Order: sequence, then C-alpha cells, then structure tokens
Amino acid sequence: MQQLINTLLIGVSIGSIYALMALALVLVWRSTRVVNFAQAGQAILSTYIAWEVVNRSGSFLMAFILAVAIGGLIGGLVESGLMRVLLKHANEGPVAAVAPVIATLGLLAVIRAVVGLIWTNEGKRFESPVSTAGFVIGDATLPFSRLNLLIIVTAAVVMIIFSIIFQKTNLGLALRAAAYNPEIARLSGVRVATTRTIGWIFAGAAGAVAGILVSPNDSLTPNSLDTLLVFGFVAAVIGGLESLIGAVVGGLVLGVGLSFVLIYLGTSLIFPTTFVVLVLILLLKPAGLFGAKGARSA
Amino acid sequence: MTLKVERLVVEHGAIRALDGISFEVDAGSLAAVIGSNGAGKTTLLRTISGLKDAKLGKIFWKDREITGMKPEDLVRRGLAHVSEGKSVIPELTVRENLSLGGIWRNNKSELEESIGEVINLFPRLGERMDQRADTLSGGERQMLAIGRALASKPELLLLDEPSLGLAPLVVEQIFETISQLCRQQGITIILVEQNAMGALAIADTGIIINLGVIVAQGDAGSLVADPALKSAYLGY
Amino acid sequence: MHSPKFLKNPNRRRLLFFIFLGWLLLLIGDRVDELRVYQGALIAIYTLAIGSVILLTGYSGQLSIGHGAFMAVGAYAAALTQIYFSPPIIITFLAAVIITAIFGALLGGGAARLSGPYLAGTTLALALGLPTLANQFEFLGGETGLSFDVGFPPERYGFDFTLYKWFFWIAALATLIMFWVMQNILKSRYGRAWKAGRSNQAAAELLGIHVGRRKVLAFTVSAGVAGLAGALLGMISIVSPSAFPLSLSFAIITGAVLAGLTSLAGSILGGLTLVIIPEIAEAISKNVSESEAVSANVPGLITGVLLILTVLFAPNGPAEQWHHHKEKKKLKAKSKGS
Ligand SMILES: Nc1ncnc2c1ncn2[C@@H]1O[C@H](COP(=O)(O)OP(=O)(O)OP(=O)(O)O)[C@@H](O)[C@H]1O
Ligand SMILES: [Mg+2]
Repeated sequence: MQQLINTLLIGVSIGSIYALMALALVLVWRSTRVVNFAQAGQAILSTYIAWEVVNRSGSFLMAFILAVAIGGLIGGLVESGLMRVLLKHANEGPVAAVAPVIATLGLLAVIRAVVGLIWTNEGKRFESPVSTAGFVIGDATLPFSRLNLLIIVTAAVVMIIFSIIFQKTNLGLALRAAAYNPEIARLSGVRVATTRTIGWIFAGAAGAVAGILVSPNDSLTPNSLDTLLVFGFVAAVIGGLESLIGAVVGGLVLGVGLSFVLIYLGTSLIFPTTFVVLVLILLLKPAGLFGAKGARSA
Repeated sequence: MTLKVERLVVEHGAIRALDGISFEVDAGSLAAVIGSNGAGKTTLLRTISGLKDAKLGKIFWKDREITGMKPEDLVRRGLAHVSEGKSVIPELTVRENLSLGGIWRNNKSELEESIGEVINLFPRLGERMDQRADTLSGGERQMLAIGRALASKPELLLLDEPSLGLAPLVVEQIFETISQLCRQQGITIILVEQNAMGALAIADTGIIINLGVIVAQGDAGSLVADPALKSAYLGY
Repeated sequence: MHSPKFLKNPNRRRLLFFIFLGWLLLLIGDRVDELRVYQGALIAIYTLAIGSVILLTGYSGQLSIGHGAFMAVGAYAAALTQIYFSPPIIITFLAAVIITAIFGALLGGGAARLSGPYLAGTTLALALGLPTLANQFEFLGGETGLSFDVGFPPERYGFDFTLYKWFFWIAALATLIMFWVMQNILKSRYGRAWKAGRSNQAAAELLGIHVGRRKVLAFTVSAGVAGLAGALLGMISIVSPSAFPLSLSFAIITGAVLAGLTSLAGSILGGLTLVIIPEIAEAISKNVSESEAVSANVPGLITGVLLILTVLFAPNGPAEQWHHHKEKKKLKAKSKGS
C-alpha cells in the first residue's frame, strides 16, 4: 500500500514535468502547426542560464524567474526570427511539408552547440534548492522528497496560471480562436501573427520551467533534455496534440505509468513501454484521448 | 455613397473569379448580390473584407481607400464579415464566440452591452450562452455567426449566404432580422444570396453577377420586375 | 552520336556507369593515405544512409528522423549473425539488410497511417530509445558493445593491402550496388507510384495507387538500405549504443537535406559534406583555440546552420534550386524571344 502511494506520488512528480514539456509542444503546434523539436534546445539554454544564475547569486528563485522569462523571450525570437520567415519562404515544393520540422532540428543542433561552446559538454551539477532526501514518516523513509513536492507545486502553479490566462482573459480567447480558426479570428480583429508569437513565448516559458524542474540533482549537459522532449511528445500525443488539458493529463498518465513500470518492472522496460504506448495510441486512438477526430492525417 | 468598388479584378491562381466589377452602396442601405454557383460572390466579399487580395481595382469605404488592408484592421473601421457556411468557432462556447466579435475593443462594459444587444435580437442564443457552438442547430449557428459580427458593432455588414441550408421558416426569420438591422439600426448591409427572391424582397438595390461580371444592377424592385433577368438569372 | 547497341538500354548504361565509378574509386583508394581511406569508407557509408533517407522522404514524403535506429538494428544484426553463425560476410550483410527491412516493415505498417509530425516524433523516440536497449540485454554487449569482425583482407591482394583499404572496398562496393538497386526501384512502377503519393495523396488514390501499401514498401526498402549502412558503420568502428547516437540521425538528415531531398544523385554530396564538416571544425579549433568544447561543438553548429539555411533558401536542396533557377531563366529568355 505504502509503495503504491509512493509510486503514484513519484509518478505525479515526473509526470508534471512531462506535462509542462507537452504543454510547450502543444502551444506551438496549435499556433503554428509545427512540432517544435528545438524545444529541447530552448529549454536547455534556459536551464543553463538558471544554473549560471544560481551559481552566481545563490538564489534559486531569482534564477528560476529570470530563466523562465528568458525562455519565453527565446521562444518569441525563434518564432519571429525563424519560423515566420520560413513559413513565408518555403511554402511550396515537394518538401515544404517537412521543411519546418527540419528547421527546428537545425535549430536544436545550433542551440546545443552554442550551449556546449559556452559551458562545455562536461556535465554540470545543478544543486537542488531543497532537500532531496525522502520524507520520513514514523521510521520509514519515503522516496518522495521535498524536491518532488516542489516540482509538483511549481508545475501546478504554472498550469493554473496558464488555465486562467486561456480560460478567463481576452488574450486567452484570442489565442484559442486563432488556433482553432485563424480566419474567423482575423475577421474578429485578432492579430493572428501576434498570437502566434505569444504562443511561442508561452511555450518557451513552459519548456524552461520543465527543464529547470527536471535538472536538479542530475547532471546537466547540452543534450540532457532530449529524453524529456520525447516524453513530452508522447504525453502530448496521448492528449491529442491539440488540447492543453490533454497535454497535462497525458503527462500525468505517462509519468505515473512509467513510475509503476520503473518500480515494479525495472528500468530496462521504460523505453520499450513508452514506445509501445506511443505506437498503440497512434494506431488505436489516433486523435489521442482528447483530440478532435481526423486530426492525424494531413 | 459609402462603399465603392471600382473595376475590381480578383484571381485564384489561373482562375479569374472577378473580372472588372464596379458598384456603389449607399450608407444605411441594403444591397443584395445575386448570382449562381461560382459567380464570384464569395470572392467579392472576401476581397472587400481583406481576406483576399485584389489583382486590380480599388475599394473605398467612407471615402478612404481600403484596398489591400487586412481584415483585422478593417474590423476596427466598422466592417464585419460573416463568411460562407456558419462562421462560428465550434470549439468555443456561445459566449466566447460573441466575445470574440467584440474582442478588438478590449473594453469589458462595451462588450457586455453589445452582447446584450445580440441576445435581445436572438433570445435563443441567450439561453445557450455556456453551450459549445458545435451543439447548436444550424439556424442557431447562423444566428451566432451574425451575432458574432454584430458584437463588433459594425457599420458595414457583409453576409455570405446566411440562408444556406436552413429551413424556410428559419430563412424567413433571418431575412426579417437582416432587414431590421438595416432599417432600425442603420447598418449598411451587403447580402450575398442564392435565394434571389427573398433577398431582393428586403433589399434596396440588387447586383446580379455572372461569371465574374455584373450583368445587371439597380433598384431591387425593378430587377425583380425585369422579365429577361427573371428567366436568365433569378431562376423562377 | 552513335552508341553501341549494348548501351541503348538505359539499365545497362546505368550499370556500366556504376562499374566505372567503382573502378575510379578503387584507383583513388590506392593513391591516398590511411586516414583518407578511412574517410572514404565513411563517405560511402554516409552516402548510403543518406540515400535511404532520400528514398523515404524525398520519394514518398515521409520524414523519418530516426534512421540512426535502423542503422543500429542493421549493425547489431550483422554483428550477432557474425558472432553466432559466422557465415561468409556477404551473407552477413544480406542478413543485416533483411532483418532491418523486416523491422522497417513492422514499423512502416504503423507509420503508413501516420503523417508529418507524428511520424517525425515517433521516429525520434525510436532513435533516442532503441540504442539504449543494448544496455539492458546481456547478449547485446552493453555500453562496450559488440565487435563486428569481417576478417582480414584475402592474402591474394598482397601485404600492402591494409585493413582500412579492405573496409573501403567493401563499403564502396556495397554502396554502389545498393544505389544501383535503388535507382532501379525508383525507375520501376513502384518508384513512380511513391512519387505520385508524395505530391498528392488524393490524386494518387484516384489513379488506383494504394498509398498506404506503397508507404510501407518505401519504409521497408529504406530501412533495409539504412540497415546495410549501419552494418558497414559497425564494421569500421564498433557496434555499441554510442556509435548510434541521436546526432547520427540528425547528421544523416542534414546530409539528405543538403543533398536535396528530391533526388538520389545528390547523396554523395551529402556524404562528403558530413565527413568534411568535422575536418573543418578540427581546423577551426586548432586555429582558434585548443579547447575541446570548440572541436566538439563546431560540427553541430555548422550542421545546424546549414540545415536552417538550406530549408530557408533552397528547400529542395541546392542542386534542385540551381536547376529551378536555370529553368526560370530559360523561360524568361523564351518569353522575351516570342
Ligand atoms: N480558393 C480558391 N482557389 C481556386 N479557385 C477558387 C477559389 N475560391 C473560388 N474559386 C473559383 O472562383 C470562382 C468564384 O468562386 P466564388 O466562391 O466566389 O463563387 P460564389 O459565387 O460564391 O459561388 P457559390 O454560390 O457556389 O458560393 C469559381 O470558379 C471558383 O471555382
Ligand atoms: Mg459563395
């Protein structure tokens, strides 16, 4: 019983990080119809910045805020500096459909290289701001630590902020309208190009939060977020790639599921499980658990 | 004169959809644009509202040229376009669709006021404010589409086949409402319709398009009375 | 110009061309030093891998960013076949091709229903995760990996025939044969059908082309070719997870994009570029600074920048772009003349 609850809590903690990465991917997908593989790069750059600020100032909070803001800024720059030009430029020809994805891969390579050039490829230790020792209840020590708790709380706060923005504000309405139907949005006076940039800014910030939360107590290298990108993608696909709530649920489901696999079956099955889940979802429930029908083709 | 279109030429790739169209619409009047499938009616409205670029020709609105302006800027100048086929966003609720219409103003009280006016006009929408638009009936959706446009408080309203796919009784209601909007609220309206009789009956003027050119225009009453037009284009 | 009867047939002409190319390569192989010979083998392998990507993406419109995974499958298949059965090496390579092709077919069965971002994401997951499996299973050799030993060159080639020259021969020959096969597939009914499916799925279906089945077939062939490239790569290095990192998949994509995704002919340019980039990086890091960070990251920087520039300015590859440019000029000249 205790192990069950533990597994669940750890799963929620990992899953909320996946959820944030999935949110980042979904935000970009909805606004631009591109899966942004460079998200892993944008997030790693933000995370290194956070690491640097922690090292210099000692304040995790300041590092967090600064890095998330810069993450958003990077997202906005990528959209307005690269994607906008690309979508205008390369919209015909046989490979037009794959060009944006290829561009995000190129960007991923560039950002990683830049990070490597600045901070070297040697693993950096990102100190956790809170204790990573498990909580002690009676005479039992749980694997669930203060860090896990911090992760869950931070992710929850970020998601609540997002949900308020999207559900309660005019900006959120404009973002959703532009995602569902750019033409009607424009006819209603929404500046769709601007909402696209804002979508990328939010995505950049969400990805940065995910990167910063996943890194403490682990070795930080220019490609240490690659797996997070894949898990985020799987989570987004579980949620249907279109839905923000779907992304969150997808992340949690994946996190908890993998946590069970990890504790009851062992590490070796993490990847095979993820891959099988991904393929099964794509084949059996192509629109995800939350997506609209027919979203998968074209 | 408030809207003026001068020798408008619009192409879709190699297809010339409009081939030199000129007309004027007076402030506060209702103009019906009639024509068979593929005549170029939708293209005309889309070009006026800025969704489509003109190849040649000019469009003036309140004595200022608006050719090539973007739809999001034209809304701010009082232009609203209800595009073909129930232009609502099905994933959003009725309230959200209506709010979207007035979103550019960024003023909560004005928005609430204009939504209130829409609900007065279409009480059925008022009962369904928190329902998603995809749960509405076809007629309700068309009301919502018009409501969304009205929420922007337009001076010029472009309507693309609002009667499409609706039951005769509902069509009558919609036409009635359109006529009211023009007569009572003074909104200038361009009404694109296949239903020639219904549209000309409420319109001041009529414009008949065929294959991208205007074949006749003038007083709605006289168009209906013209026997040659009757058999050739009005189809009854 | 009169060509002999034998050359009238385009198939024979192509065959002859490949034979000539092979002879040329062997001549070159004899005249350069060991490092260059090794790089020559690498170019051949990359060219082959790039060809497999182009076959899939350029000719059937499916973007796989996980071809490194297919290469890994091919390498492990070859190594295991050699270790457990030690057949003649031709059989080993053939086994690698077939096993990877089967793997590709299984995956392609699912992939045929996917498109765009879903396929890209799925193959990305594969490229990242599959090689790590080797760490989990004892018989795959873990992080140290397996060695795929093709043996020494036959003695009759003489003493100065080095191991690397032997590798180069095998790699170049395998690549040439594979390209000849791929060319023929593309010229066949199947190849043309793939192309139709790429440019317009609906139209192709109207023509009675079963797009789904073609996609699976394209995936199968592409995987088989990539598997061979992987086996060759395993031959000249080692068969371990770190030999097939995500960056290998990215490099292959880069090569394919630079080569121009729409024609196989450019593959060799892509292969060359991939081998030259680290050389440039090396040169830069020697001149600018001795730091390891520079030599480790400049290749990534160059590939990334090249990728972005190519999709921005020559989305169909530099070669096709140039072609296009010429075509336009011709058209202009024509319209002026009339
Ligand atoms: N996006 C497009 N691409 C290519 N051709 C188009 C496009 N839109 C319209 N056309 C063509 O332009 C011409 C005019 O079309 P338009 O939609 O304006 O006609 P319409 O009068 O609105 O017809 P309907 O009554 O059927 O709605 C038609 O020949 C149509 O095929
Ligand atoms: Mg129309």
